[in-house]
Amino acid sequence: MIKLIKYLLLLSLFIVTSLVAQNDSTKTKFLNRINKDSIQITNQDQIYNRPFIGIGKSKTAVGGYLEGNTNYFAEDGVTEGYSMELRRFNIFLYSAISKRVKFLAELEFEHGTEEIELEMAQMDFEFNPALNFRAGILLPQIGLFNSNHDSPQWEIIERPLSSTQIIPSTLSEVGFGFFGKFYPGGSIITYNIYIVNGLQQNIIVNEEGKTFIPAGKDEEMFGEDNNGTPMYNGRLAFNNRKLGELGVSYYGGVYNSYRLEGEEVDDKRNLQIIAVDFTTKIYKATIQGEFVTASIDVPSDLEEVYGNQQMGYFAEIIYPIVKRKILGYKDAVINTTLRYEFVDYNIGTFASTGENIGDHIKGITVGLGFRPTAGTIIRFNYRYHRITDILGNPPAQLGGFQFGFATYF
Amino acid sequence: MKKITQLMLITMLLVIAIGCEKLVPGAPEPGDTIAEPTEGLTPSQLAQFVQGDELFAKVFTPAEGLGPIFIQSSCEGCHVGDGKGHPFNTETRFGKLDSNGFDFMLDKGGPQLQFRSLQNYIAEVLPPGYTHTSNRIAPIVIGMGHLAAVSDADILALADPNDLNADGISGRINYVVPKSYFIPQPFHIPNNGMYIGRFGKKAKEITLLDQIVFALKQDMGLTSDFDTEDLYNYQVGIGATDNVPDPEVSSDVVNKLLFYMRTLKTPTRRNENDPDVLAGEQIFDQIGCVKCHISTMTTGSSEIEALSYKVFHPYTDLLLHDMGSALDDGVPEGSATGSEWRTPPLWGLGLAEDSQGGTGYYLHDGRATSLEQAIGFHSTGEASNIANNYYSLSQTEKDQLIKFLKSL
Repeated sequence: MIKLIKYLLLLSLFIVTSLVAQNDSTKTKFLNRINKDSIQITNQDQIYNRPFIGIGKSKTAVGGYLEGNTNYFAEDGVTEGYSMELRRFNIFLYSAISKRVKFLAELEFEHGTEEIELEMAQMDFEFNPALNFRAGILLPQIGLFNSNHDSPQWEIIERPLSSTQIIPSTLSEVGFGFFGKFYPGGSIITYNIYIVNGLQQNIIVNEEGKTFIPAGKDEEMFGEDNNGTPMYNGRLAFNNRKLGELGVSYYGGVYNSYRLEGEEVDDKRNLQIIAVDFTTKIYKATIQGEFVTASIDVPSDLEEVYGNQQMGYFAEIIYPIVKRKILGYKDAVINTTLRYEFVDYNIGTFASTGENIGDHIKGITVGLGFRPTAGTIIRFNYRYHRITDILGNPPAQLGGFQFGFATYF
Repeated sequence: MKKITQLMLITMLLVIAIGCEKLVPGAPEPGDTIAEPTEGLTPSQLAQFVQGDELFAKVFTPAEGLGPIFIQSSCEGCHVGDGKGHPFNTETRFGKLDSNGFDFMLDKGGPQLQFRSLQNYIAEVLPPGYTHTSNRIAPIVIGMGHLAAVSDADILALADPNDLNADGISGRINYVVPKSYFIPQPFHIPNNGMYIGRFGKKAKEITLLDQIVFALKQDMGLTSDFDTEDLYNYQVGIGATDNVPDPEVSSDVVNKLLFYMRTLKTPTRRNENDPDVLAGEQIFDQIGCVKCHISTMTTGSSEIEALSYKVFHPYTDLLLHDMGSALDDGVPEGSATGSEWRTPPLWGLGLAEDSQGGTGYYLHDGRATSLEQAIGFHSTGEASNIANNYYSLSQTEKDQLIKFLKSL
């Protein structure tokens, strides 16, 4: 299955490059450019769909976003009380080096200066809308969220569980690859295919005590691969103005340090993540979500504690209940949002008892967001989680309120 | 449409305003939780408790010394929610019985099998030549501080090794050679350089500190100031340990864990005034369960005021009893033979199912999945008459007894 996906991705790349080679892009209907204003923004476009790009006449632009919120949560009656956090202060740097060569970077400060990370620093070279080359520190296209993670874009303060607990968003990687889009019958098909260093072996035996794909992130990823075997990422999406966007994505490869100083010291173990995401609009409501499944080769003696299958999903509906001038803000919007989500860290049964392994979270969040302008949101959320431990004991209940803001600048 | 929108907005704000209190999950009923501090701790003692609680839940990583072979990466991994363990974490002790006696095969990874390992390493398997294994699941850890604070004199008073009172029950003490770091307390009574063991399935540990140091090393592969020699898998090679300098955890970590274990509360009973529960309690006494599962003990003097001279109800005598062939694992510990087991406290029995994933796994290795089955395994050895008394009860009386046990 995984090989098939890899082959399909490579095949699609081959077809696209062949078409580009054989045809002038402006002469083929399949590859015709469509006026940007006439279509909706694809997930692939999101990194350039930021308000600071295009303002002014300079070839270089600086922007970013700021995000902060309050927290009040209790888990089974135990609360840390009320607190505030400045989650992120991200600075974007964009430069149109030439008409078809672009540079984009994102520097992230989390919780003040607690964590500073160069989240993105990539060059894009356009050969044709259907074929672009990208290299640098890039955001793999996996699921709905990873490459479209800017807080001001989202109505709910917390990121979706499936996007942070299974897909390790925000995942940035050193790598290179190709992306592009083509336009069959007025729709858009986008693709991305990247080769990256890949996540490392702390996916298992980590400080979470369970298989936790985000723990595979490591600063060393930006300097060298842990095993000399790259991982692959690809996403293929269909976008139609009336129907919305449907994407299928893959991320995977060997994650463990099976080779040390040239000596093979372990078996190769693979990680495979497959995600399906969608965004659509029904009447005024935006409905979006993703489903993700992960398969992880775990040494047999670590199975059960460290799950070899994981899955998660979220679906949310955003409905504008007020859209008019409010407090002097023209085109202000008040949105309500409902999100349901689930993540299972360990799918399987205990060999000793035949019982199902627990280790899952169900969550529901309701939100009310005020957008004075499109790039700014003031939001109020209530979140409730039922957290089941590995044994499947009665779940712990977490619930609480968040009030926050996020804005592009 | 405008009205609907306004109505939705107002309704939502009302729900938020009214629901704020109710939407934040409250604490479970007092009897339904176990991981709580003993009542009466001072604020600074509570601070120590919280730090110990965090360490109890902390997952240790390879960089912090986990492994290279282990069973779990945190205390909570085996004692989920501080409760009884689950069969998927079953610990296995092993050894070889020959003409020289029982050999714990320390040179082959004994006394305990570490069946999980770090990446780029291999887990242990039972070595050639072993003759006996003994499986154990983790015990509930609440109330340990109270048991630790019972005086040796009180335990000695319960012992009846030669069954002088001719009741068929002969509780025996497991005298244990203390570890090098053992500091006797005023209530400890030595016997030829040995002391009363009271912790562990066969009472082979004198103190909670012993139990913690053993678990850190044998369950997680963590060395401490109290035991600096790391685990390794002899199949990889002698001394093939992890890359973290020993000791991997400091005495501060061990002491915080010790404080936490000492100050965990004793379980709160549920439905104790239910008529069936009261009737079951009487049956428990009448048929003789209480001869080993002593209901009431009192702590001695303790520097922690909240533990000093407290009456509590563990339902154990902390003594060894011969449970006969049904529970004989053939593995001795100290002076305890294969068939001898320390009376396990019954407190928290009613909470077992909710800490073991919905099914109760009882006895030292979880072989019984109901209390009736667990009683059935008392049918050989000292408790056989009492098990027979249980079988002669009417179904109503049996149900009342079980109801009582689940109220503990």
